[in-house]
Amino acid sequence: MSRDVHTEETTPVTEPQPTAPTETQPAVPAETVNAGATRTVALQELRAYYGQAEQVKGIDLTFQPNQVTAIIGPSGCGKSTMVRCINRMHEEIPGARARGRVLLDGVDVYGPGIDVVAVRRAIGMVFQKPNPFPTMSIYDNVAAGLRLTGAKRRGEETRRKVESALRGAGLWDEVSDRLEEPGIGLSGGQQQRLCIARTLAVDPEVILMDEPCSALDPIATLKIEELIDELKTRVTIVIVTHNMQQAARVADRTAFMLDGRLIEVGPTDAIFTTPSDPRTEEYVTGKFG
Amino acid sequence: MNAPAATPAPVSPLLRSDGRLRRRRIVNRAMEALATLAALLAVAVLAVVIVSVLIKGISAIDLDFFLHSEVPFGEKGGGIANAIVGTLVLVALASAMAIPVGVLIGIHSSQFARSRTAAAIRFVLDILNGVPTIVTGIFIFGLLVIGHQQSGWAGAIALAIIMLPIVARACHEVLALVPDTLKEGGLALGATRWRTVLRIVLPTAAGGMITGSLLAIARVAGETAPLLFTCAIVGPGVQTNPAQALASIPVRIFELAESPSKEQHAEAWAAALLLIAAVLVLNVIARTLFGRSQARIGRTR
Repeated sequence: MSRDVHTEETTPVTEPQPTAPTETQPAVPAETVNAGATRTVALQELRAYYGQAEQVKGIDLTFQPNQVTAIIGPSGCGKSTMVRCINRMHEEIPGARARGRVLLDGVDVYGPGIDVVAVRRAIGMVFQKPNPFPTMSIYDNVAAGLRLTGAKRRGEETRRKVESALRGAGLWDEVSDRLEEPGIGLSGGQQQRLCIARTLAVDPEVILMDEPCSALDPIATLKIEELIDELKTRVTIVIVTHNMQQAARVADRTAFMLDGRLIEVGPTDAIFTTPSDPRTEEYVTGKFG
Repeated sequence: MNAPAATPAPVSPLLRSDGRLRRRRIVNRAMEALATLAALLAVAVLAVVIVSVLIKGISAIDLDFFLHSEVPFGEKGGGIANAIVGTLVLVALASAMAIPVGVLIGIHSSQFARSRTAAAIRFVLDILNGVPTIVTGIFIFGLLVIGHQQSGWAGAIALAIIMLPIVARACHEVLALVPDTLKEGGLALGATRWRTVLRIVLPTAAGGMITGSLLAIARVAGETAPLLFTCAIVGPGVQTNPAQALASIPVRIFELAESPSKEQHAEAWAAALLLIAAVLVLNVIARTLFGRSQARIGRTR
């Protein structure tokens, strides 16, 4: 699997940064994952409400396979809410609901007969704060999603998938000799990569990341960003970020949101250098937000 | 060197203490002292109780005390074996009834109920917790004893009613402490809510839930009033069948204390000592477990 070449091809837009992801990462065995089979996610007239308050006000946006799309915008503009609608996490909040359509390769995840469990397995999520399960070991954290479908804890299949997911998250070399230690004993950056491994283990098509680095130091952040660059060869990635440098570093496309609406979306360098909307320009140049 | 350095530098009027500040400082000291005194008083009361029970009860404690049941009035060498066994049976039965239901109530009110429903449930539990235990005893007396007879079941049910709100409230509190981010982690992996509660939330809060249950056990192990009408008229010897009335340590203390015999008074003190020791041990275990559980939840915050 010549992953590095693939990465090169699909990263045409970002200016090389001093901290740009490199190709020197150890090759990741990806035998268990659906390399190349990533999916398109299309939002159509998506609206989200908390009680009566409309937080996302009609968004049409398509996330392309094998690309990283960054969502930027000031606090409270609805970026997290929008992303949480994609895997139907939004509706877990009491009084919250969503309208419109979220198409995963043409199938509406809000459609009749759709199992929310299947939706969340196909569309994984990584949260703002690393949230490893505190009672579980490193191994059990990664196996948690697999065991929901009845996989045996010590089954050969489970073992293989756990290792593969940890390798995929770039964590295997750091934890392979202490898989039975508690997940919360890891550092913050390792915990977040553990959460990414946990998500990878159930083989998702899409991964949503809601400010995954906002609780991490710069070095841990860099590792996650390198990881995102690797992962996009096998999953579609949507990342919400407050950090515009991060968007510039990792994203192929960037979408700018304001007050629940999509203002502009396009190739990342275009959004940051020649935005077509004055509000985008004001935001990316630091005039507000 | 020269004169001004030798004399004390004049204090700026801005920093000088005036009458008002001085008064505040005195009030502050006085209130601190009063609060400390009150805290010491609580410790002192506990110490006096334990020490006096220890002094008066220790003499009656020997092997016979644990191995024998009561003997006819006037004879020596009686013990409380039947009361110990009876209390163990009663508390075990009450726990088996109250803890599972209490845990489920706590799960419902903290994880599934809407906030208004949850508040209503907590309010009801607080009222139930405030019902005088003698009332609970009379209630069970009217329900299960009149027309039948006193029994271990009746006593255990009365104790279970007292345990229920304590367990449920404790479980609610510790389950509500489990961060939402953990639940979201489970849900985002495709787990159902119940599955998330079972595999992620409950294990995280387990220590606190065990603590609440132990405290409830410690509380009802010493309850006398609910047993007086429901489970007090006992036959001789060790009895374990809950269809019969079972002896219990608190009721036995009550009977022994009313007896005119000096030996029996000493036995009453000894039984009280045993009860206090057991409750103390349960509390210490509960505290330790709770501390560990808090540390675990704290690390995920």
